[in-house]
Amino acid sequence: MFAAIDWQAAFFWLFALISCGFALAVLFTPNIVHMASYLIVSLGAVAGLFFLAGAEFVGAMQLMLYVGGTLVLLVFGVMLTSRSNFIRMKTGGGEWILTLFVGGALLLLLLRTAFLVDGWRIPLGQASPPADASTTTRIGLALSGVRLDGGNGYLLPFVIISMHLLVVLIGAAYLARAKRSADGGQPVDRNLMR
Amino acid sequence: MTPCFGQITVAHYLAVGAVLFVAGIACMMTKRNALGVLMGVELVLNGANVNFVAFGSDYLRPQSLGLDGHLMALFVIVLAAAEAAVALAIVLNFYNSRASIDVDRADHLKG
Repeated sequence: MFAAIDWQAAFFWLFALISCGFALAVLFTPNIVHMASYLIVSLGAVAGLFFLAGAEFVGAMQLMLYVGGTLVLLVFGVMLTSRSNFIRMKTGGGEWILTLFVGGALLLLLLRTAFLVDGWRIPLGQASPPADASTTTRIGLALSGVRLDGGNGYLLPFVIISMHLLVVLIGAAYLARAKRSADGGQPVDRNLMR
Repeated sequence: MTPCFGQITVAHYLAVGAVLFVAGIACMMTKRNALGVLMGVELVLNGANVNFVAFGSDYLRPQSLGLDGHLMALFVIVLAAAEAAVALAIVLNFYNSRASIDVDRADHLKG
């Protein structure tokens, strides 16, 4: 009985439904705390899609950096700014109508384009995937400038993105630092002053 | 075999990416909370990432992007982390100076 099931397709539909459903839930819930938790589920399901496509390193990085890092940062932002009148912020009806019109048109265009190109609809069929299916070693080598399959290495983009990350984190720490008052005394906590 | 069901192809991944992208765009358009706008940006970047991984996957179509798709997806993840850190710092500054995170009230630069 289980042999008749295409497990790749089954898990694809499972993860696709979870990720798309919770992405739409992020869109339609007015509560910012619910939005953050739905986003975690949606991005976790996207990591499942990555594993399913054979990109196990990217999937692991999605879980570690996105779900474990970026979203925790966003949740901290929600907690730092969550006063009761900001938890739920209503959007006007006119904005909803405009958004649904633009979003629907964009979705139709993208879906039609996705299923229009013949080369994207042909499944792999019986052709076997490469013998060296693991990507982690190849990604590590490519980031250090060596490509076994003859392409270009990624040493320069890797260095550039490292410096970019360093500069960005210093800038973020500078922007978010506690403000000193003009006489150089204690940091001003505006939440206490209010 | 209908084109939609049956074996999974690149087009299915592109459809998932399209839904994530549109949900993110709509999030950025409708949310008044600045953090909601940030979450929309995260959704958009994830939609792009799904497309990169689908085009780079060896399991979905005979001639794929190969490793390039995976590495682009990794760079997008790192850039998203950097963007979230800076945007969160800006949002916290805005919250400290205006006591609000309603993006409609960030109108001081209006002429």
